[in-house]
Amino acid sequence: MNRRVVITGLGVCAPNGIGIENFKDALYKGISGIRHQTELKDLNFGCQVAASPIVTNEILNTYFTPLQQRGLLASGLIYGVIAGMEAWKSAGLETNKTTIPYWDYGVLFGTGILGVAKFREAIHLIDDKNVRRLGSTSVLQTMASGISAYLGGMLGCGNQVSTNSAACTTGTEGVIMGYDRIAAGKAEVMLVGSCSDSGPYVWGGFDAMRILPRDYNHNPSAASRPMSATAAGFVPGSGAGSLVLESLESAQKRGATIYAEVLGGAINSGGQLGSGSMTAPNSDAVQRCIKQAVNNAGILSKNIDAVNGHLTATTKDALEIQNWSASLNRFGEDFPFLNSYKGLVGHCLAAAGSIECVGAILQLTEGVIFGNANCEDLHPDITNIISATKIPQKTIQAAPKIIAKASFGFGDVNACTIFKSYSSSSL
Amino acid sequence: MTKEARYEKLKNIVKVYLPQDVAVRDITLQSNFLKELNINSANLVDIILDVEDAFDIRLENEDMDKMETVADAIEIIDKKLATKELS
Repeated sequence: MNRRVVITGLGVCAPNGIGIENFKDALYKGISGIRHQTELKDLNFGCQVAASPIVTNEILNTYFTPLQQRGLLASGLIYGVIAGMEAWKSAGLETNKTTIPYWDYGVLFGTGILGVAKFREAIHLIDDKNVRRLGSTSVLQTMASGISAYLGGMLGCGNQVSTNSAACTTGTEGVIMGYDRIAAGKAEVMLVGSCSDSGPYVWGGFDAMRILPRDYNHNPSAASRPMSATAAGFVPGSGAGSLVLESLESAQKRGATIYAEVLGGAINSGGQLGSGSMTAPNSDAVQRCIKQAVNNAGILSKNIDAVNGHLTATTKDALEIQNWSASLNRFGEDFPFLNSYKGLVGHCLAAAGSIECVGAILQLTEGVIFGNANCEDLHPDITNIISATKIPQKTIQAAPKIIAKASFGFGDVNACTIFKSYSSSSL
Repeated sequence: MTKEARYEKLKNIVKVYLPQDVAVRDITLQSNFLKELNINSANLVDIILDVEDAFDIRLENEDMDKMETVADAIEIIDKKLATKELS
């Protein structure tokens, strides 16, 4: 019998709010984090809007010493540390001030690519035959595991300290991997999360693929339109989300506040076979992943009150909903409430899964479904499958108890996890 | 720039890299960067880059190898500045 795993800490550095309170407020009110980006305009990007957290010097000084701030260019690292440290603090956990590592506490913090701006600086120096001028943090800021290394060191963790990477599923995958590790008894606490850098060097490749919206450069808050008939591509974003996962025993022993429970999840790939490709999902695999997550959680699909989708605002949104509907065997009015936060925060790439998991858990603690943005004109292919009443345009009180969250990514990879509001009795 | 001024300038560079348990007043000419000031060896690389920028000089690998104490650093800086003035 697997051990129960609960969520005792939450942290976020999102484009529309840094810190749980600000993010929650933004989701309640539908505040957008998508802004026009002069830098993208100057570089002749087709899409000149993007979503990035606004990190003030005050926030930076809260989380980084003056020494750590020297030459610090890895924006994803900054976001990840802000989110990870907030989650740790909200869990009532301390940074380790002894000389003995927290053997039972680990960090699994994912990213797609880290420190791109730092890497660019290094490339210029190296090409100028000036490798000696790179400084000591060039490696630390550009290695993918830089984020888990920074957090692991700041906290003094002695269990697994690692970084997972699976494109846009990274954050959700990390939750499931952390859950598995605790459920199997290999750790008591896992700080999980993911982060993604900002900037043209991360987003440029997507602009080149022509999958970003180009007609909203003067109307940024309307640019990201998940589920809309006028969806024109995803708005690139960045940021970080983080959760403290903990064995129920450990949480109870500490008297920790429990935000919700992770019932389970599933991770798979469509093998880029059938309808799947490097960039398109194999629907059989997506449905299998959702079904396995439901089974693994020990619930029935009819128990699911809400779904937080991947739903990026591309032509694939209707296909995703068809896959949810088929795998849950729920249609029309019977479909759970459905939303996507990407209308407000864009697609935060490797950070998307963790930011959205944090949002999903806030729905459980607040008893609400946060409103969708920019889908007043729902795509008919979607309303042919599920009822429009299941896609709230404004935040509604709905007291959801069980939420399914999935993320999908390039490489035909899928991750789906099931969260439940916490009650001390087992299911 | 007087010798005093160069020493103060170096101290200002080094103080950023001091661990929490070492204070600026602990810096003396005899201080060993790694053993006494407990500076992370990776950060010694950054100190050298900061010194290059602050004094507009260039330090070679063999200079870095000799730089164990604050006095060593001052000596190397003095030497580099003297060569610069000559050229």
